[in-house]
Amino acid sequence: MPVPILSTRDLTKTYGRGPDRFDALRGVSLDIDRGDSVAIVGKSGSGKSTLMHLLALLDTPGAGSVHVDGTDARSLSGRKLNALRNQMFGFVFQQFFLNHASTVLENVVLPLKIAGVGARERRARGMAVLEQLELADKARNKAGNLSGGQKQRVVIARALANNPRVLFADEPTGNLDSATGRIVEDILFDLNHNQGITLITVTHDHDLAARFNRRVYIRDGQLITTDEEHAA
Amino acid sequence: MNPLETLKTAIANSFRSKLRTTLTVLAIFVGAFTLTITNGLGTGISNYIDSQVAAIGASNAFTVTRTDTNAGLGSGPQKYDPNTRVLAAGGRPGSTQVALTQADLDKIGAVPGITGVSPVTRLNTAYIQWNNQEKYQLSVSVLAGAQPQLDAGQNLDDASTVPQIILPSSYVSPLGLSDSAQAVGQDVTIGIPDATGTMRTVTATINGIEQNALLSSGGAFINKALSTALAQAQATGTTTASAPVYTTATALFAPSTAAQISDMKNRLSAAGYTAQTLDDRIGTVKTVINGIIGVLDAFAVIALIAAGFGIVNTLLMSVQERTREIGLMKAMGMGSGSVFALFSTEAAFIGLLGSLIGSGAAIALGTVVSNALARGPLSDLAGLQILSFAPGTVAVVILLVMAIAFIAGTLPAWRAARQNPIDSLRYE
Ligand SMILES: Nc1ncnc2c1ncn2[C@@H]1O[C@H](COP(=O)(O)OP(=O)(O)OP(=O)(O)O)[C@@H](O)[C@H]1O
Ligand SMILES: [Mg+2]
Repeated sequence: MPVPILSTRDLTKTYGRGPDRFDALRGVSLDIDRGDSVAIVGKSGSGKSTLMHLLALLDTPGAGSVHVDGTDARSLSGRKLNALRNQMFGFVFQQFFLNHASTVLENVVLPLKIAGVGARERRARGMAVLEQLELADKARNKAGNLSGGQKQRVVIARALANNPRVLFADEPTGNLDSATGRIVEDILFDLNHNQGITLITVTHDHDLAARFNRRVYIRDGQLITTDEEHAA
Repeated sequence: MNPLETLKTAIANSFRSKLRTTLTVLAIFVGAFTLTITNGLGTGISNYIDSQVAAIGASNAFTVTRTDTNAGLGSGPQKYDPNTRVLAAGGRPGSTQVALTQADLDKIGAVPGITGVSPVTRLNTAYIQWNNQEKYQLSVSVLAGAQPQLDAGQNLDDASTVPQIILPSSYVSPLGLSDSAQAVGQDVTIGIPDATGTMRTVTATINGIEQNALLSSGGAFINKALSTALAQAQATGTTTASAPVYTTATALFAPSTAAQISDMKNRLSAAGYTAQTLDDRIGTVKTVINGIIGVLDAFAVIALIAAGFGIVNTLLMSVQERTREIGLMKAMGMGSGSVFALFSTEAAFIGLLGSLIGSGAAIALGTVVSNALARGPLSDLAGLQILSFAPGTVAVVILLVMAIAFIAGTLPAWRAARQNPIDSLRYE
């Protein structure tokens, strides 16, 4: 049996302390295989984003472990951790986090700039990924001037710029109309099928969840086996 | 991120909030401006003093006197000793100075390193006159290696047999000469009373006219030929019984290191003589001036430290403003070191900007003011450029300001660097 690309054991995360203490995750164990497509489904506030952040090594768990390709994340040096964040993972944030004053292209090539890629190659690769998401004509526009759906695609383009092996997408269609949402969904599944990118997506939408290979249900920081509650 | 990319991004970031950057740059500007001006003042004044000091004496000569063994106030008069000669000295009333004899001169000359000794004879010249016009009082001194700053003509030639004189420029028009250029080459008559009180005259050629100078005694410089002629005239009628005695002697030495000079001084001191170089005599003046410049520099540094807090504030605000951006970059794998480098480069760049503009403005304004002063209020002190800017000093000022800016930037940069990506992204 192959080593899962991401694997967690008894993962917990607690925010705040004293009376403000809140257990956002309460023992999550999960294995995700290479090339899989996984939907994380749950109510608002159930801990979906928290779990995603821990999986993408953007935050440190309270207890439990995350293994990447069989390596315990806690044993990684700062440099190795940054290399993983930069080259292995692409993250589409729920709130976009675009730099509105910069151009679309500048936003998209940010991971390449951090990786130390030269200006010329940065441009070429940035344009290629924008092409892929049908945004090439917007490359010179300020990111702040785009429509919601266009911004969503720019964020995906940025997550894909450095050819990640795992793409995390937090509610990629949450604030889009159904037609635009459909286009974004197609882009994601195309990447999963044709480029073998492991796709981990948070969603409320059950129709979307149904298109994934696998669904993981979460309630009050714990994984549950069925989605009866949600289906109701 | 590679260093070039860091630099480019830091520069672009510092221009993102133009007003804030401008205000910080202005604060640094004040500090850099002040520091450049005070340094310019220091350089200008010490250049001037160096040239003036060279005008009154050579740097490779001692002024030697017999060390006064009188223990000072309250010790009472010294016992009379028929073997020591004393001269009335110009110090406090009643003080005496032990005179130097030929034997002393020989002893001084024997000290290793001393290349020549000549006694300083006081020449009591009475007047100077040109072309039978008005007579003016005159005091003269021999040119012991001094390099007067000349308005016209040339320095004296001690090897020449022609009696030569350099007159201060203030003598030119009273004597009836039209200007400095005309004065050079003219013959003047110098009156000097001899031992019996009879006035004798000696003729000398004006070899040069000296600029008005800070340290000048108002007297004229004469060459060896003229001093010999004057000494002869003054000595006419002296009884041969009294051997010549001198208050001081000038001892020349070959160019030496400070250690060699102090060694020679020690030997002379052991032999009972006090030797002073020109630097010793002028040293106090320089110490005072350096002290004043030091205080001014301290004020400039205080201004810079205040500007440093401005930088801390500017960058803290910019770190705060960019919290999310920093979080995003860290989430994309930017290392803490790179974040730190980005923000401290921005600080150093703001420092460079402020110090370049500040020093540039100081040099431009300082040069204009200094030239105006040299033509106006300070024109009596010819050759004084009150502000002068040495490239090395200006470069040091710029580097110092950048260093202060960099240090000021480390706190905000460190705060930016240690942020957790998710906490930063959640920041509103
Ligand atoms: N920094 C924080 N401090 C305190 N509580 C937090 C913090 N971040 C998240 N939480 C809490 O943890 C719980 C899980 O949050 P999380 O963002 O993971 O929810 P989610 O499942 O992604 O919800 P949504 O679907 O609305 O995005 C929530 O109750 C939230 O209030
Ligand atoms: Mg969420």
